[in-house]
Amino acid sequence: MTTSRDDRPLVQVDGVSKHFGEGQTRVDALVDVSIRVYPQQLIALLGPSGSGKTTLLNIIGCILSPSSGAMALDGEMVVRDGRWLRGDLRRLRLEKIGFIFQSHNLLPFLNATDNVAIVLQLAGVDAANARRRAIELLGYLEVGHRKDAMPAHLSGGEGQRVAIARALANRPRIILADEPTAALDSKRAQIVMDLLRKLAIEQNAAIIAVTHDEKIFDRFDRIFQLRDGRLDDDGEGQNRAAELAGAPLV
Amino acid sequence: MAMIGIYRGLVVDALTIARAPAVDLWVVEANTRGPFAEASRIPGDIRDAVARISGVAAAGSITYQTVEAQYRNAKLRLYIIGYEPTRPGGPPEIVQGRGIARNHYEMVADRTAGLELGDRIHLGRNTFSVVGLTQHQVNTGGDPAVYITLPDAQKLQFDLAPPAQRVQLARGGGTASRDTVNAVIARLQPNASAAAAADTVRRWKHLSAITQAAQEEILSRSLVDRARRQIGLFTSLLLTVSAVIIALIIYTMTMEKLKPIATLKLIGSPDRTIVGMIVQQALALGFIGFSIGVALILGIKDYFPRRVVLEPDNVLMLGLVVLGVCLLSSGLGVRAALKVDPATALGG
Repeated sequence: MTTSRDDRPLVQVDGVSKHFGEGQTRVDALVDVSIRVYPQQLIALLGPSGSGKTTLLNIIGCILSPSSGAMALDGEMVVRDGRWLRGDLRRLRLEKIGFIFQSHNLLPFLNATDNVAIVLQLAGVDAANARRRAIELLGYLEVGHRKDAMPAHLSGGEGQRVAIARALANRPRIILADEPTAALDSKRAQIVMDLLRKLAIEQNAAIIAVTHDEKIFDRFDRIFQLRDGRLDDDGEGQNRAAELAGAPLV
Repeated sequence: MAMIGIYRGLVVDALTIARAPAVDLWVVEANTRGPFAEASRIPGDIRDAVARISGVAAAGSITYQTVEAQYRNAKLRLYIIGYEPTRPGGPPEIVQGRGIARNHYEMVADRTAGLELGDRIHLGRNTFSVVGLTQHQVNTGGDPAVYITLPDAQKLQFDLAPPAQRVQLARGGGTASRDTVNAVIARLQPNASAAAAADTVRRWKHLSAITQAAQEEILSRSLVDRARRQIGLFTSLLLTVSAVIIALIIYTMTMEKLKPIATLKLIGSPDRTIVGMIVQQALALGFIGFSIGVALILGIKDYFPRRVVLEPDNVLMLGLVVLGVCLLSSGLGVRAALKVDPATALGG
């Protein structure tokens, strides 16, 4: 694990727009959005419902095609003029991006170890090594004692840690989190944020989270606020964490 | 599987009586396909003529008749086979007791009749004693076979009841000869040709000859053909219903797992992995159902009123059909899974 800081952005979104439908039914979900996220940064995407934050997260996660604009992930240009430059987006996600969900979204038919190991196996690691690395990761996230437990038997905090272990399994440098603390009480939410901070530094990764959780605003390095599909700032993001901490959401 | 077993049982039952005498040639009334598919009556002395045909090792006269008898205050349907104890046509195997040793009023019955050794039963105007028991000797209708001597059988089949006899005499008809049989069966010498012997018989214009192979063909094609088609259609219907049920179960199970499927897609799982999981699930369902079905039918098949015959090749074939049905049924679930948008994993 490295602690070196890189000035090159891990996520670079330039002039990305996304619209759904055409003519009178056209909805502009994102309009000319540009952001840059650097290694070891924790970024929050804020905004009211329908502001476009999930659309932006889906585009960065290579799940949704933008209508226009460009995007580079970890130094590789993946979208230009609204078109994917790589055909295998599944592989791209597997290699570069880890996902953390609101409810942990662990596969209910696999135990904690296998939930982590499956990501490694999908990347081509053999089953024995995948399990070994999964157990290491669970230990690192302090849920090693629950390695054989099924998701239904994990507490909310334990489940979210296993989900974080899964997100980290392939050592992605970009981690996208969708309301990572929404299902947790405030104490556990702080623990998870501490953990994400630790991971961002130790793995030299960038973490982008969509959140409404006011309790954790002060844990982010930068906060991007979206309104009607447009960013409120210049794309570098203001250090508004302290400003927004405790303030009501718009 | 029960349906296949019942069908196989029907075929086996249909062939049992024809195979029992272990003969090569059936001589029957001209222009008939008797004695099972059509009625056939020929004079009893034909047996001597058939026995003298070149290549014939032994010949015997035989009669077949279904009767209803009274046994322990219940009606009992019996398939009476009259044969000459020293000639072909008798029971193939006696599993209990002995064969017929007296010229009259002894019988060997199949176990499915429920008769026991020493039982006495009225047939026509006479009482017969059960001296031996056979196994699996039933006719195409499933009625248990009962072997009696040819004279007893002829008396039972061709004697008129006394009032009818009196009417016949009053009309000046006289009494017809009782020496009539339904068929003459012939066992050939080892190198003799059944076709050649049959050709010889056919030259006598009042007779027909059917080889054993042709007789079996008649029985399995003509006699059980409707039952075969009926059971075949019913089995197809059951398989179709099973396929629909499996498809709906798989579809419902897939719909319940849309979020995990979306998550799998999001974390980079290829479609083939997801398809494989759904197909695996369908196959597991099919295998469990098939195993339970096999265990169940093997456990209860002997309690069916008619024979249920399950051969390993039938089980294997049905297993392959179930495999195909499962693969087909999983299509609906696979289609639903492939349409899942990975983005649905994000968001509450």
